[in-house]
Amino acid sequence: MPRATDAHAVVDRVFREEQGRAVATLIRVLGDFDLAEEAVQDAFISALETWPQRGVPDNPGAWITTTARNRAIDRLRRRKRLTEKTGTLARDASIEAGLRAIDTGPPEDVMPIADDRLRLIFTCCHPAIAMDARVALTLRTLGGLTTPEIARAFLVAESTLAQRLVRAKRKIRDAGIPYRVPPPELLPERLDGVLHVLYLVYNEGYAATSGDALVRRELSAEAIRLGRLVVSLLPDEPEALGLLALMLLHDARREARVDAVGELVLLEDQDRSRWDAARIAEGRALVERALAMARPGPYQVQAAIGSLHDAATTPDGTDWPQIAALYESLLRMTPSPVVELNLAVAVAMRDGPATGLAMLDGLDASGALDSYPYFHAARADLLRRLERWSEAGAAYRRALRHVSNAPERRFLTKRLKETLARSGHATLGSRDELD
Amino acid sequence: MRYALLIYTAEPTAPPPDDALQAELEGYNAFTAHIKERGAYQAGEALDTTTTATTVRVRDGKTLTTDGPFAETKEALGGFYLVEAADLDEAIAYAAMIPGAQHGSIEVRPIFEWSAEVAEAGVGASASPN
Repeated sequence: MPRATDAHAVVDRVFREEQGRAVATLIRVLGDFDLAEEAVQDAFISALETWPQRGVPDNPGAWITTTARNRAIDRLRRRKRLTEKTGTLARDASIEAGLRAIDTGPPEDVMPIADDRLRLIFTCCHPAIAMDARVALTLRTLGGLTTPEIARAFLVAESTLAQRLVRAKRKIRDAGIPYRVPPPELLPERLDGVLHVLYLVYNEGYAATSGDALVRRELSAEAIRLGRLVVSLLPDEPEALGLLALMLLHDARREARVDAVGELVLLEDQDRSRWDAARIAEGRALVERALAMARPGPYQVQAAIGSLHDAATTPDGTDWPQIAALYESLLRMTPSPVVELNLAVAVAMRDGPATGLAMLDGLDASGALDSYPYFHAARADLLRRLERWSEAGAAYRRALRHVSNAPERRFLTKRLKETLARSGHATLGSRDELD
Repeated sequence: MRYALLIYTAEPTAPPPDDALQAELEGYNAFTAHIKERGAYQAGEALDTTTTATTVRVRDGKTLTTDGPFAETKEALGGFYLVEAADLDEAIAYAAMIPGAQHGSIEVRPIFEWSAEVAEAGVGASASPN
């Protein structure tokens, strides 16, 4: 018999691995998100109470799902008795329907079907649900993140997030959003929606903006985990492979992006020995598998770009011509000023800063990236390389006006000071720009 | 489930050319025929323009009548269908087939179904759905 602490550790691990699966199965059987979540929570509480004494069952996942089913029956019967006692009529029908759904179905029905979680993710990411609610619902039901954790990660009040979840679940039930994997004619469009949610979750966890660092790391890990799930269930969808590859190839550089004192380190200055070789290898294999399907898409192209960066053992070894060509095809697929900015940077690396700067100045005239700090930072960097110090300083100032997070502010301020020193200015400009 | 498909379109300021009107009408006839064939059609009507609308309110027992629609918007409710659909995806698919979706917007709203007990108890007429 395992010691109590071991059993607790097992419950924790099983929770991570099985809670999404159990909730997905119970929603299919019960047709009710809240009841499914409550029942699975009950089952994990039971596990914490009984596993330390009686030992961990052979198949912990199946134990959780079966226990959750029984707890759901208990809850429905209790509700039925309560409504009988108080004579309440409303919602009685839903209790009966729930009990019928469980009782008439054969017991194997609560055995998970491989695509239960796939149904759940397509339902949570349905386009009829608001985007912020899709993200929250996916993390809550499939990821098993708690409401306070999600609220902290997205910097919203807990009550706001709880409201968002309640409204989304009500809409799923009342508007008749189906609990299924979309049929082939809807799949491409709906899969795009699912991948977009995962991409947002990943970026939220990766971007060095403010917020709880631990929860942010958890978000990225969760997006990768869900990405793996989608890929394992839809192995022939190249964009799903592309997104997973993209996330892995970026995540491989996570440790090297920040130095010992928490300062931001640019790609060209990173200690490449700190990159995660296993993640790079996995990401690269996924990119190759996806590209072999000959159905290119934006995630695959971005993953291919990430893969080229990761392949270079030194900054000088970066294959800029290839990266610029990939940004050109990305721009054709998804035209946007941000992609144009990235293309200009790659062209600057390939053909020299003057060519890249001409492209950026064209973009600047359009005004589309006026409040985008990375545009001004990129322009400042090219001006710096051209030794046009005072213009570089002005561009760093514009970047600083739009950047909010502390590490990025410190980085840009450092660059601004260097630039001003080179331009021979005695003063650094107004105080508030530098603090 | 039953869904109302509410058709919002810009109201024409001048009568449309005959052939355009003809094409639009044929589109609506084809859609109506399609959903009737599938057994999804329950009702459907076109509304006259908002210039013919009258808005009525009763306050303190007094009936207040004003000219015009409840809300002045760029796109006005011009007609509706009531359809039976398995789920929201099917209702969305029907909405996308409505000719008005090409230039206006279709709002898809589930019909609130009163449970049998509530309807019998007679609360249906006065209680709010929530």
